[in-house]
Amino acid sequence: MNEASFWIVVLGLGAATYLIRLSFLGILGGRALPAGLVRLLSYVPVAVLPALIAPMVLFPKATGGSFDLPRLLAALIAFAVAAVVRSALAAILSGMGALWLISAFLP
Amino acid sequence: MPFALTILPFGLIFGVVAKEAGLDLLETMAMTSLVAAGASQFAVLPMLEQGAPELLAILTGAVVNARMAMYSASLATVWPRSSLGMRMLSAYFLNDQNYALSFRRFRERPDAVAANKLGFYFGVGGLTVSVWVLGTFLGAVIGEQLPPSWSLDFAVPITFIAIVAPILRGLANILAALVGALLSVLLIGLPFGTGFLIAAVCGIFTGYAVETWLQPWLQPWLERRAPDKASGV
Repeated sequence: MNEASFWIVVLGLGAATYLIRLSFLGILGGRALPAGLVRLLSYVPVAVLPALIAPMVLFPKATGGSFDLPRLLAALIAFAVAAVVRSALAAILSGMGALWLISAFLP
Repeated sequence: MPFALTILPFGLIFGVVAKEAGLDLLETMAMTSLVAAGASQFAVLPMLEQGAPELLAILTGAVVNARMAMYSASLATVWPRSSLGMRMLSAYFLNDQNYALSFRRFRERPDAVAANKLGFYFGVGGLTVSVWVLGTFLGAVIGEQLPPSWSLDFAVPITFIAIVAPILRGLANILAALVGALLSVLLIGLPFGTGFLIAAVCGIFTGYAVETWLQPWLQPWLERRAPDKASGV
């Protein structure tokens, strides 16, 4: 990893993230965000997270990027539990538990 | 304090992953305390590893963190009277958990004195950031002793799934998620994680377009209630 570019990214992203956080708290006065922008921003989590998740599930780094059935099954179980039970902790525990169990029984 | 409980393993895994990516302890701790936003750190790390252009990595992280502008605007409507210096300090502690808890608290107790509100905000914020930084530190230091058979790497996508699955309600949210996931997989061959950035931005605009144009158009046929607004991560 390139030392200089690491620090540029960390300082740049640190500053950008800080300014995003400060944005409206900084100016205050109850000024409302334009409705269109609120609508756009409300889709950031639901678009960003699946875009991060999908490659991690289908091409896990731990297996050198090759497909791994136990990981896919564990992800699906975690998804089902999270969608039904609506508890993040329950979903994480059942997803990881499923991965350990399935890996133990599948060769 | 269950919200702090889930941050610790998440930070731990970031510490492990950062070490594997070749960061030393100082670099890992600098990133985790200066950026202090987990999802963006996980997104940017592989780009750093691949030597992506700096501006592209910063842009990617900023897109992941753009939701915080929404938190900032929303919190500003209930924020107690306080100096600019205080608000500048408080901005650092704005994260998913602190936004959710403080916003609810300020709404429920609008008449509480400013010191009480700020105390709550800095309490939750200080705790979440400390646990995140502590978790990262532990992960970077003891991470190598954790057996690979624990598959701790997979706790990262599992945690993201646990966060996103409950908020995937309504057509717009579901289509935004599908476009994000699908494009991200299809474009995985693009250099430096550009595929993720394109997928994320397309997913965001898909959700916006579906809510703005497709749903009103479908309304007469479906008569379904509008999807709940997403929040979290």
